[in-house]
Amino acid sequence: MKSFDYVITDPVGIHARPAGILVKEIKKFAGSTVTITKGEKSVNALKLMALMGMGIKQGDTVTVAVEGGDEEAVAAAIEDFFKNNL
Amino acid sequence: MISIQGKGVSTGVAAGPLYFYQRAKATLRRYTVEDPQAEFARFKAAQATAVEQLAVLAEKARAEAGDEAAALFETHQLMAEDLDFEEAIQELICEGANNAEAAVTDVAAQFAEMFACMDDAYMQARAADVRDVSGRIISILSGVAQGGIDSPVPVILAADDLAPSETVQLDKSKILGFITEGGSGSSHTAILARTMGIPAIIGVGDQLKAEYEGRPVIVDGSTGNVVVDPDEATATYLMAKREEQLRFQALLEQLKGLPNVTRDGQNVRIYCNIGSPDDVHPVLSNDAGGIGLFRSEFLYLNCDDYPSEDYQFEAYKKVLSDMGGKEVVIRTLDIGADKQIGYFNLPQEENPALGNRALRICLNRPEIFRTQLRALYRASAYGRLSIMFPMVTSVWEVKEAKKMCRQVMDELTAEGIPFDENVDLGIMIETPAAAVMSDRLAKEVDFFSCGTNDLTQYTLACDRQNNDLGRFFNPHHPAVLRLLKMVADNAHANGIWVGICGELGADLALTETFLSIGIDELSVSPRAVLPLRKKVRETDVSAVREELLADLLSDQNTI
Repeated sequence: MKSFDYVITDPVGIHARPAGILVKEIKKFAGSTVTITKGEKSVNALKLMALMGMGIKQGDTVTVAVEGGDEEAVAAAIEDFFKNNL
Repeated sequence: MISIQGKGVSTGVAAGPLYFYQRAKATLRRYTVEDPQAEFARFKAAQATAVEQLAVLAEKARAEAGDEAAALFETHQLMAEDLDFEEAIQELICEGANNAEAAVTDVAAQFAEMFACMDDAYMQARAADVRDVSGRIISILSGVAQGGIDSPVPVILAADDLAPSETVQLDKSKILGFITEGGSGSSHTAILARTMGIPAIIGVGDQLKAEYEGRPVIVDGSTGNVVVDPDEATATYLMAKREEQLRFQALLEQLKGLPNVTRDGQNVRIYCNIGSPDDVHPVLSNDAGGIGLFRSEFLYLNCDDYPSEDYQFEAYKKVLSDMGGKEVVIRTLDIGADKQIGYFNLPQEENPALGNRALRICLNRPEIFRTQLRALYRASAYGRLSIMFPMVTSVWEVKEAKKMCRQVMDELTAEGIPFDENVDLGIMIETPAAAVMSDRLAKEVDFFSCGTNDLTQYTLACDRQNNDLGRFFNPHHPAVLRLLKMVADNAHANGIWVGICGELGADLALTETFLSIGIDELSVSPRAVLPLRKKVRETDVSAVREELLADLLSDQNTI
C-alpha cells in the first residue's frame, strides 16, 4: 500500500464538481483501490456520494491510500491531481 | 388549416412542430415484483439511459456555456452510476421485491437526506442534485416525460403557463416559440421570449387541442396568430414576413457601436434587463451599455434551500467580470407576489402583491439580506457594481437598508476582504408612495429606476397577472406618466440619475415622451436595444418636448 497526506486548499473543499472530476480521475486506475480517509471516516474514492458526504473542507487533511496495481505511479498521479485541482 | 387567435407578447415568426410541455407526474406506484432480477435489469437499463441523456446534456452545455457548465451534468452522470446508490437500490429490489420506481425514490430520499443534514449550505443544496438525477431515472422507468422538452428537433412549445422555476430549466435551444393558454404580457414566459428573441403568444385559452401535438404550426408574435397545419398560401405569406423581419434585424446590426444620441444631441443610456448570469452574452452581442436590472431571484429559485454567500458571490462575480467594467445594477431579492419559493415558508396571503415581498422580507429577515449583501460587496471587487432595492415605500426602509450595507462593509474591512467602497446604491420606484416621496428619497440614494410593471399595477389598482382587465390596465395612462415625470424632476433636482427598467422602457411609442421628461437610462430586453437606439437616433426632442409635456399635464387628456 502506498499513501500520502494532503491538505485541501480549494476554498470550497471537495464539493460536487471537484468530487466528480476526482472520481473520473480515479476511474482511470482500474487495477488499484483508492481510499480517502478524513479523521475516523474512510471511503472508496470511486463512491462519489459517499465522498461528498464526508464534507471535506478547505484546511482539512486527508489521507489517500492506493492498494493494488502500480501503487507508486498511481499514488504519484493522484497526488499531482490533488495539487492541481484541490 | 386551423387558425387560433391569442395575444402576441414577443414579436417574430417561427414555424415548427407543436409540443405540449409535460409536467412530471408525481404519482408513485408501489408494488411487489415477482421477478426481482428482471426488475433490477429494468433499473439498470433506465440508469444507462439516464447516463446517456446526461452525457448529451453535458456536451450541449459545453458547446453553449463552456466546461464549467458541462461539469454539473458530468457530476450528475457519476451520481446516477454511484456504487452505493446502485447497491442500495439493488438491495431494495432484489431482497425486498420492491419495484424499481419505489426503490429509486426511497434510496434517493436517503441520500438527499444525508446531504440535507450536512452543516454546509452548499452541500445541503446538493440534495437537489440527487433528486434531479433520481427524478430522471424514475421518469425513464415510468415512461413519463420529465418537465421539459423531449424532442429531437426544436419545437413551438405550448403550456398552460410556465412558472419561473420551470422556464429556468427549459432547454432554450429546443424552443422556437411559445404559446400559453393563460398568462399576461408581463408574465415570465413573455419576458423570457423577448430576452431570447423568439415569438410568444399568450391567452389562447382552450383553443389549442391536445390532438394538435406534433402537427406543423406557424406562430406570428406581432399579430398573436397561431396557425395549425398551415395551407401553402398562408405558409408562404408568413415565411415571407419572417424573411422581412430577419432583414430588419440585419439592418439593426448596422446600428451596433453607434451612440444613443438624438438628432438634437440628447444622450440616453440603453442598458439591459437580465435574469441569470447566462444572459450576459445577448447583452453584449446587442451592444448594450450595461445591465440596468439583474434580477437576483434566479439564485433562490434554482436552489432547494437558501443559497450560500459563496454560491451567490460566484454568480455575481461572473456577471461583473463578464461585463468587463460596464455598470451592472443588481437588484436585491424580489420574491413574494407572483414569485414564491417554498423554503422561505412565507404564509399564504390574501393579497400577495400587497404583502410580504421584496425589501420587506429582507428587512424582516435580516440574516437573508445580510448574506446577499455580503456576496454582493465581495463581488464588487470584480467590476462596476450598483445595488438596487426593490419595493420601497418609505424613507426609513432605505435608511435601514443602507445601514445594513455599511455594517457589511465594516465586516469585510475587518476581515480584510477586498470590495469596492463606492458601490452606488439605488432604489426601484414601483409604488406610488415612492414616486410621491421621490424628492426625499433622492437625498438618500445615487439613482432611481422605475419599475413600470408594478408602478402601473399599483397606480391603476390593476393586477398585472389578470389578463381579463384588458383596457383597464393601461401603462400609457397619464397617471403613470405624470408620476414618471415627477420622479425624473425630483431626481434631477437632487443631482441623481433616473432610469426605467420595466417593460415600458422598450415601448417605442413612449420613447419621445421619456426623452422629453429627461429619463437618463432605459433598461430593456437585449433584443430591444438596437430598435430603441434606432428610434432615439431618429428623434428630435426639441421638436416634440413642449407638446408632449403639455399633453401630459393638460386636463384635456381624458384617457
